[in-house]
Amino acid sequence: MRKLKEFIIEKLVLISGLASIFFVILIFLFLLKEGLSLFKFVNPLQFLAGKSWYPISEPPQLGILPLILGSLVVTIGAAAISIPIGVACALYISEIAPGKIKETLKGGIELLAAIPSVVLGFIGMITIVPWIKHIFNLPTGLTALAGSVMLAFMAMPTIVSIAEDALYSVPRSYKEGALAMGATHWQTIWRVMLPAASSGILAAVMLGIGRVIGETMAVMMITGNAAVIPTTILQPVRTLTATVAAEMGEAVVGSEHYFALFAIGIVLFVISFAINVTADLFLHRETKKI
Amino acid sequence: MAKIEVNKLNLWYGDFHALINVSASFIEKKITAIIGPSGCGKSTLLRAFNRMNDLIEGVRTEGEIIIDTENILANGTDLVSLRKKVGMVFQRPNPFPLSIFENVIFGERVHGENLKRDNLERIAEESLRAVLLWDDLKDKLQKPALGLSLEQKQRLCIARLIAVKSDIVLMDEPCSTLDPQATARIEELMRELKDKYTIIIVTHNMQQAARVSDDTGFMLLGELVEFGRTDDVFTRPKDKRTEDYITGRYG
Repeated sequence: MRKLKEFIIEKLVLISGLASIFFVILIFLFLLKEGLSLFKFVNPLQFLAGKSWYPISEPPQLGILPLILGSLVVTIGAAAISIPIGVACALYISEIAPGKIKETLKGGIELLAAIPSVVLGFIGMITIVPWIKHIFNLPTGLTALAGSVMLAFMAMPTIVSIAEDALYSVPRSYKEGALAMGATHWQTIWRVMLPAASSGILAAVMLGIGRVIGETMAVMMITGNAAVIPTTILQPVRTLTATVAAEMGEAVVGSEHYFALFAIGIVLFVISFAINVTADLFLHRETKKI
Repeated sequence: MAKIEVNKLNLWYGDFHALINVSASFIEKKITAIIGPSGCGKSTLLRAFNRMNDLIEGVRTEGEIIIDTENILANGTDLVSLRKKVGMVFQRPNPFPLSIFENVIFGERVHGENLKRDNLERIAEESLRAVLLWDDLKDKLQKPALGLSLEQKQRLCIARLIAVKSDIVLMDEPCSTLDPQATARIEELMRELKDKYTIIIVTHNMQQAARVSDDTGFMLLGELVEFGRTDDVFTRPKDKRTEDYITGRYG
């Protein structure tokens, strides 16, 4: 009887474990099936490197290069803002801030992570967008820069909390050793703590970037959504994610446009996958080094 | 000649009186051992010499510690140069997660006097030779230090101090994670180093104190109960409590 119970429980746990993998595979297959159907109409190179995205003209032009570059510009901008600030913030919290400030800051960061992206987009729309329009004297503030700034806010909690964990888990003995050698606080941080935490910090950065690339709502609201190849960050852009979100509702099921949106899904999937693999490789290299 | 002169040193962790009226002189180019049961304050005393106790919140000290005519407990003591002069070897070997080479020249990098490549290489070689690691490691200098054996790591940590030309080497139970052979070799190294360095070693292990040290101090409950020539302390202790401890009646 007891054996039977063990058996049933064991199998139930096994099934739950397999279920998640099963669903991932199903989603992936569905995505592939719908997305690859596009290439009956358009060749892949034309799709990836095509410079115009006019999905409802006749015949439709389905080149996603402007969308890829739009995502890239927004992401690079967000990374350039959020990585230095995020890592510095993590350093301040874990190494410098006295007890009370530390707790307050950590709470603040968690709250920042809890803000829904649509709210961030909304705030961006009524603050940053007019500022950018005013400061750079542009016809519109709905630009890649606005998207980058808001997405930096979204990436920062991830970067700060994971990098802070990484710094916190650096063995105390490293820090003591460096201080006992006569290193100053900053030398200790720069020469010992940061290298020791580098793999964790890298993971933090990668996850932050992953979050930015996949983000949809805020960018859709404040980047202007013009599917043109960006030449500066002060120009409206349209990202891959925003395109799918904005057009899925109006695409006719089974049309080239419909399949193209799924193909964009595949491209996003490949990009996220590449980021995760890169992060993994770095992490792996670090552990091997140690 | 006394290298470190301790006068009526008192130290509190919050309300806890951890060092009580400690006075002693530590002689230059000798090995002084501090022995005593756990929690007697021996590590605290050691960490007073390079002000590492400052890292703990709520520590208060009174009295004097004079190293080379300077009271290092005075306000305004330059901790960077103090810690350069007074190096420390920890209980668990703690090389940094950097290459072997970068570990040895870490002090040179942070004190930044002469960062030319040939100077750094010369320092690395001299320091590693002094701890007898050079022959084993000369072809692996760019390898990560964390891949070394425990004994090699501990030697590397000593080499790090030799590289910054510390005068005084504080050792906080440096062999407690090592096996007996490695312990014997580190002790051998200590004897070699004492021609140039003043060494103070805290140890749980009374045999180790008897083997390597010239002077010995016995601490109990924050007091330095007995301090003198190692031979005298172990064979003719003046205090009853010392006798009880070294004959194994408690501790």
